Amino acid sequence: MKKLNLHICLLTLFIIASCTNEKVDIFSSTPSPLQIPQLFEDKILNPVIPIDNPQTEEGIELGKKLFFDPILSADNTQACADCHAPENAFTDTDRFSDGISGALGTRNSMPIFNLAWNYDEKFFWDGNSFSLEHQAFIPVTDPIEMASTWKDVEQKLQNHSEYPNLFQLAFGTATIDSSLVTKAIAQFERTLISSNSKFDKYLLNEISLTPEEFNGFNVFMDENKGDCFHCHGSENNPLWTDNLFHNNGLDSQFSDLGFGAITGDPADNGKFKSPSLRNLVFTAPYMHDGRFSTLDEVINHYSEGLQNSPTIDPLMKKVAQGGVQLSEQDKADLKSFLLSLSDYEFINNPAFKNQ
Amino acid sequence: MKKIISILLLFSLFACGTDDKINTVNFSFNFSHNWDETPVSNEDFNSIKFTNANNDQLSIERLRYLISDIKFENSNGESIIIEGYNLIDVTNNQNLSFAPSVSIRKGTYSNVSFIFGFKNEKNIDGAYPDLNATSWNVPAMLGGGYHYMQLDGKFLNSSNTEQGYNYHAIRAADNPGMNPTFPQDTFFEVHLGNVTISNDAIFNIEMNIAEWFKNPHTWDLNVLNQMLMPNSNAQILMYDNGQNVFSLESINQ
Ligand code: HEC
Ligand code: HEC
Repeated sequence: MKKLNLHICLLTLFIIASCTNEKVDIFSSTPSPLQIPQLFEDKILNPVIPIDNPQTEEGIELGKKLFFDPILSADNTQACADCHAPENAFTDTDRFSDGISGALGTRNSMPIFNLAWNYDEKFFWDGNSFSLEHQAFIPVTDPIEMASTWKDVEQKLQNHSEYPNLFQLAFGTATIDSSLVTKAIAQFERTLISSNSKFDKYLLNEISLTPEEFNGFNVFMDENKGDCFHCHGSENNPLWTDNLFHNNGLDSQFSDLGFGAITGDPADNGKFKSPSLRNLVFTAPYMHDGRFSTLDEVINHYSEGLQNSPTIDPLMKKVAQGGVQLSEQDKADLKSFLLSLSDYEFINNPAFKNQ
Repeated sequence: MKKIISILLLFSLFACGTDDKINTVNFSFNFSHNWDETPVSNEDFNSIKFTNANNDQLSIERLRYLISDIKFENSNGESIIIEGYNLIDVTNNQNLSFAPSVSIRKGTYSNVSFIFGFKNEKNIDGAYPDLNATSWNVPAMLGGGYHYMQLDGKFLNSSNTEQGYNYHAIRAADNPGMNPTFPQDTFFEVHLGNVTISNDAIFNIEMNIAEWFKNPHTWDLNVLNQMLMPNSNAQILMYDNGQNVFSLESINQ
């Protein structure tokens, strides 16, 4: 939220400044403001777009090309899209993604959608990266992801037959540097908006839910049953996440400290970012370490599999009994509801695919 | 965000230089927190260090609450209500100070007050994007609208193990579902008493968190710990205990 304020201040400054220097030298990229879905417009705050990286057609196009291009990796074998594939709502199906050398990370890849609405701009499972622009710096040089160096990548792009011209069109300079690369990628990522699930259409009164889906939604919202809404959004928060860090009772001891390793506060050990519950049908396996391969396992976890630990979230209920103890019917209905948050138009959107 | 925009507006208004400038002042509400007079901030969170009236030992992990509709009344019975709300987030040290963009006239007021939570007619389901974005909503099956307070933490239960509690205050509701009913109002008006304003003023308001567990009902966390939102009796107990939680410590001007 604070960041938003800052952006507005900057915006105001910018407006004031632009009054004084009558003509600024502007190259001719084409503004392409985000298309904010109706429900998002009605229900939540505007997305975060940094003032120094406005959305443009040329920037988005360039970002998309970079996202799908293995040129960003050391041996030209791996693109962002390898671990963030459109058909999987921009994550992958592996428990741990393998990088260019085949070495495995320790975290499950994350889907990429609606990230412009992550108001605190903390990215990764543990919030380790601030802002999408900054996030995009990281995989390129991560030794078990793309294992490249920015110097190398800049050079390859500079010597490429198309890229210098594309950077010229997008940013008014053909001199390629890492910050422009990440700006373009971030612009593309911000266009990845998912808002056309069955449940969205239900909220827009376009279709109705099955009785199972409707009961499942009630299980989700009922404090006496699932009580999922305190962390995972509701019909009034179409992000279906709070983008905050919680320990949802996966382990009694932590091999991965998560948020705690970033903040240095032991009270944050074992906390990870609540993922959005959109598009679960495409994003298995689940949790930061991909430990659950099905939604049934996830639901069983909350129902009877909770592990106690000092940092377990106080919202986790009946921990001594292992969880909220849902009936088989409620479990099945909850699953139907969760699946109704899947957005097939999103994964099939040609604008988001490499072609 | 609103704050900044309105500050800008104010700024531009003031720049025009009206006479009113001389007779009006700005004010803000500063919220501080204590546990029976021991100051509490988010640095005190996450460890079992508080003891309530029932002798339960507890921690606080999260505390946020909403106040709205600040009201200044004078002795002629006139009053101005400053429409708007502020979500005080003690966990993240945000919005502990609330400076509405409205200026008020100097003078003596017979009462200054605010609403803890929302009046029912302002408690409109989904109406406030900033509150939706921060997941402050109450499920529609309980009447929708918004939480008044979320106080979460752990307590040592009767078998001496840590257990979670969620002291969430909302509008009390019965018959959850399509047509819930509302046994009684559970938002309340907090009276700060009469004040004389001669200058820009900062109201220093204290919340004694221990009061939520004390008076008139001694709160037993072993009995009332979680799933209190659908429990209208618990909501009414919270309402009763909330009456003496806030106090005006001082005004700086
Ligand atoms: C080898 C697989 C792999 C590659 C290649 C890869 N990523 Fe990721 N990505 C991951 C994993 C794993 C995570 C979660 C990491 C963590 O939390 O520690 C992640 C997280 C992210 C996130 C955070 C999402 C969120 O909600 O916080 C973004 C954004 C992202 N990647 C973008 C990219 C971009 C852009 C590229 C290309 C420059 C890229 N990734 C390349 C595996 C990969
Ligand atoms: C206290 C906050 C909280 C509550 C309440 C909560 N969750 Fe979660 N949920 C999380 C967090 C945090 C994660 C990620 C944990 C991790 O990976 O370590 C998560 C992960 C998930 C995932 C995996 C998503 C993915 O992409 O990996 C699903 C599905 C899920 N939760 C569903 C639910 C359901 C259904 C409920 C109610 C029964 C629920 N959650 C209640 C915080 C919560």
